[in-house]
Amino acid sequence: MATLIHPKRALSTMPLKSSAPLGAALAYLGIERAVPLFHGSQGCTAFAMVHLVRHFKEAVPLQTTAMNEVSTILGGAEQIEEAIENLRKKAQPKFIGIASTALTETRGEDVQGELKEIVARRTDFADTRIVYASTPDFDGALQDGWARAVEAIIATMLPEQCERDVALRQVTLLPGSHLTPADIEELARLVRSFGLHPVVLPDISTSLDGHVSEDWSGASLGGTRIDDIPSIARSACTLAIGSQMEGAAKLIEDRALVPYQVFPTVTGLKPTDAFVRTLMGLSGVQDPPETLKRDRARLMDAALDAHFHIGGLKVAIGADPDLMFALSHALAALGARIVSAVTTSQHSAVFDRMPCAEVLLGDLGDLERGARAGGAELLLTHSHGRHVAAALDRPLMRVGFPIFDRIGAQDACRVGYRGSRAFYYEVANIVQSQHHRARPEDFGAAPISEEFDHVPHATRH
Amino acid sequence: MPDTVKNKIQDVFNEPACGTNVSKSEQQRKKGCAKPLTPGAAAGGCAFDGAKIALQPIVDVAHLVHAPLACEGNGWDNRGAASSGSELYRIGLTTDMSELDIVMGYGEKKLFKAIKETIDAHDPPAVFVYSTCVPALIGDDVGAVCQAATKTFGTPCIPIDVPGYVGSKNLGNKLAGEAMLDHVIGTMEPAEPTPYDINIVGDYNLSGELWQVKPLLDRLGIRILGSLAADARYAQVAMMHRARVTMMVCSKALINVARKLEERWGIPYFEGSFYGISDTSDALRTMCRMLVERGADSALLDRCEALIKEEEAGIWAELEPLRPRVEGRRVLLYTGGHKSWSVVAALQELGMEVIGTSVRKATDEDKDRVVEVMGDDKHMFDNMAPRDMYRLLTEAGADLLMSGGRSQFVALKAKMPWVDVNQEKHEPYAGYMGMVDLVRAIDRAVNNPMWAELRGPAPWEEPITGPNALPPLSGACPVTGALAGREAPATVPASTGPAAMPDAARRDQGPAGFGGFASSQTDFEDC
Repeated sequence: MATLIHPKRALSTMPLKSSAPLGAALAYLGIERAVPLFHGSQGCTAFAMVHLVRHFKEAVPLQTTAMNEVSTILGGAEQIEEAIENLRKKAQPKFIGIASTALTETRGEDVQGELKEIVARRTDFADTRIVYASTPDFDGALQDGWARAVEAIIATMLPEQCERDVALRQVTLLPGSHLTPADIEELARLVRSFGLHPVVLPDISTSLDGHVSEDWSGASLGGTRIDDIPSIARSACTLAIGSQMEGAAKLIEDRALVPYQVFPTVTGLKPTDAFVRTLMGLSGVQDPPETLKRDRARLMDAALDAHFHIGGLKVAIGADPDLMFALSHALAALGARIVSAVTTSQHSAVFDRMPCAEVLLGDLGDLERGARAGGAELLLTHSHGRHVAAALDRPLMRVGFPIFDRIGAQDACRVGYRGSRAFYYEVANIVQSQHHRARPEDFGAAPISEEFDHVPHATRH
Repeated sequence: MPDTVKNKIQDVFNEPACGTNVSKSEQQRKKGCAKPLTPGAAAGGCAFDGAKIALQPIVDVAHLVHAPLACEGNGWDNRGAASSGSELYRIGLTTDMSELDIVMGYGEKKLFKAIKETIDAHDPPAVFVYSTCVPALIGDDVGAVCQAATKTFGTPCIPIDVPGYVGSKNLGNKLAGEAMLDHVIGTMEPAEPTPYDINIVGDYNLSGELWQVKPLLDRLGIRILGSLAADARYAQVAMMHRARVTMMVCSKALINVARKLEERWGIPYFEGSFYGISDTSDALRTMCRMLVERGADSALLDRCEALIKEEEAGIWAELEPLRPRVEGRRVLLYTGGHKSWSVVAALQELGMEVIGTSVRKATDEDKDRVVEVMGDDKHMFDNMAPRDMYRLLTEAGADLLMSGGRSQFVALKAKMPWVDVNQEKHEPYAGYMGMVDLVRAIDRAVNNPMWAELRGPAPWEEPITGPNALPPLSGACPVTGALAGREAPATVPASTGPAAMPDAARRDQGPAGFGGFASSQTDFEDC
């Protein structure tokens, strides 16, 4: 049960959050042959693209409407139309996801209305699905932009209907932005292991998982198939991972009467149990596969081995709300103490359940102060946290976005029985690698007299 | 077995300072202290192991093991004895004898070369050369090699003749002590002996336990001059003969050293422990009393009492806030020796209930103390098989097992909190301040929220409850306007009874009731 604190200060030192349009771009990249398009000045796109490239070590298709002084004053509809036309020529995308930026939102453009007019007029655009999400940089963080983009996809592409096709044995998986490609892959595997077919939206596990593709593409390299998106209306259930996805799940229910369940976290024993329990109920499988049972038993053993290192461990964490909650919850379940929690967005339902007294809506400067005051022994945040780690001389476990000074960020799996096991080992091993050799002065003991020290022979032989 | 080793063994088997030993018949005594080993049911280390454990804490010495790989290769770098200086004692050094060395008798030459390489690389104050089963069996004369090496290189090379087959770990401890008496103790003189100089024998300074006590000695002006314990320097072993009093910490294993220090140099000794509050106070009192008897200023006694009073009050004040965290918890102690009772009193004082304590390796006095602190001997037990321990933990409703590393998994697999109180532990629990660390460790173990989670049922241990397992619908269908309800077509029909996992064969046939499913992209990669 934590209170959200808004620090009273004007200066943000070492920003923690990435902005909302970037989150939207990331979500769009989880759609087949997609190109995200930022409606703003070209710098907005350049910064975001560099961020994404440094994290994923992949060429990221990300385009801009390149707003100039004139279009900023007179309106950017023409820029959008031109951008779409050029993108279609250059990259033949099946999907263009537009995200607004602070610039166009401040101006107050009715992009939705203009886009409607463009699509109606330009019938030649028909084979490209175009989606628009309002994601001003000045509101919320990466996970909010992601959620807005997914909601926009659903609002635009999901038919209004209420016919289930139970024979599909299909469920919809809505992963939050805090999940890595490996996380999504693991959740889809879990769903499949109950004989259910998951439609994942958006699915960065096939586009940003880091693979060498057959040929060069100017659009995303994988992702949710365009044709699968309308079929979400026929799923038996929507499983939303992360409370950020509740809005999207609710939207599916509104449009297609598909019931939903939100899993604020699927990291740790109990949260995974809850997820498995739901899959059991959906599939009617009382006796899950042996590998799943074994994975649970192995997670319990990992927890037993890891609790010696995690029990009582003082942790400082800085991340988007859902990631912060998932990891904090899993660590607290093994007895860790969250001494400092800093997050990026107030739009979240997780704060009530955070295992600490307060959560700061702040930056890495706040994390540094909180970690110092709380005597944190381990820091969990993204790569920029290295400055805090250096200042405090404490180990940093890189989580979230961006991770640019380590490779393989997309492969870190911290969900389900398997991912939780890996997470506990990872934390316990970081703790062990910091092993402090006891010294006499730790206990206030005087050093041993130098008289007893061996004086090496100056010359020998 | 060479005669030298045989004579040494007979010598250490005759221990006038040990009550148990004295009460034995001449014949029994020749068999030694350890119980005869039972093939197929023995656990614990050999004489080499014991010698290495006793001497390895001497930090600036090169410990060279003359053996095939197993003796050192499988055993080095596994103890947490802390050093404030050299780290040389952590480095595993061995001759790694090969088949050719053994068959052709190259052992001695190889050892001599290994000693040279050791000295070239590390320039230690001394090299301790451990002889093990194989070189003893093929007749390598380690003593002669050491003598030659000492003469050639000018660095003392001390033979430690401890082939594993001669006996147990305990015997190895004693043989190591004999080697120190024969070759090291008395070979160096301190610059300035004082009446406040003591010897410490047998503390392993695990994670710095000795340093939890040393500030107390510092405040009393007592100096650890000689040491056959952890964080010792070679020079401190060599100067042991100039201390006024010897304290044997928690063990009689090196009693032969203490007795011979008394016989040869008139240094009295006592056995004490720094585990537990009252024990620490007792040890300090005895130490000061004996120093005063040997010429220290009698004001030391008053200073000692004042220190004890202050420290005890301070520690109870620190422990009191922890009481609610541990009060009423039921503890099973499985350690032995001194620790059978030395921490019991402190745990009881904090409101914990000790439901049993092992008295393995404990003396009769230890057992008397157990009865004293626990009221009767009903809670005393000797060795216990893991299976019985598992049963006891679950049946007696224990909340915590405190033991050594080997029985940790008995507790953990029973989903039972466990605190390490033996040699592999990573936290120091000695002296007054160590008691706070111990109680914190207990708090951390028993109050970890993990136990409740682990003890809960797995999802599949509870039956699924039909369509209710699906989240309920809300709202109305946007197309038909129908309100969601039980009859809404939105739920997957509950199959007739819980279905088993579709396996490959059934997938081929296509499971009944789920048309379309057989040809779906579903993959059962590892079901």
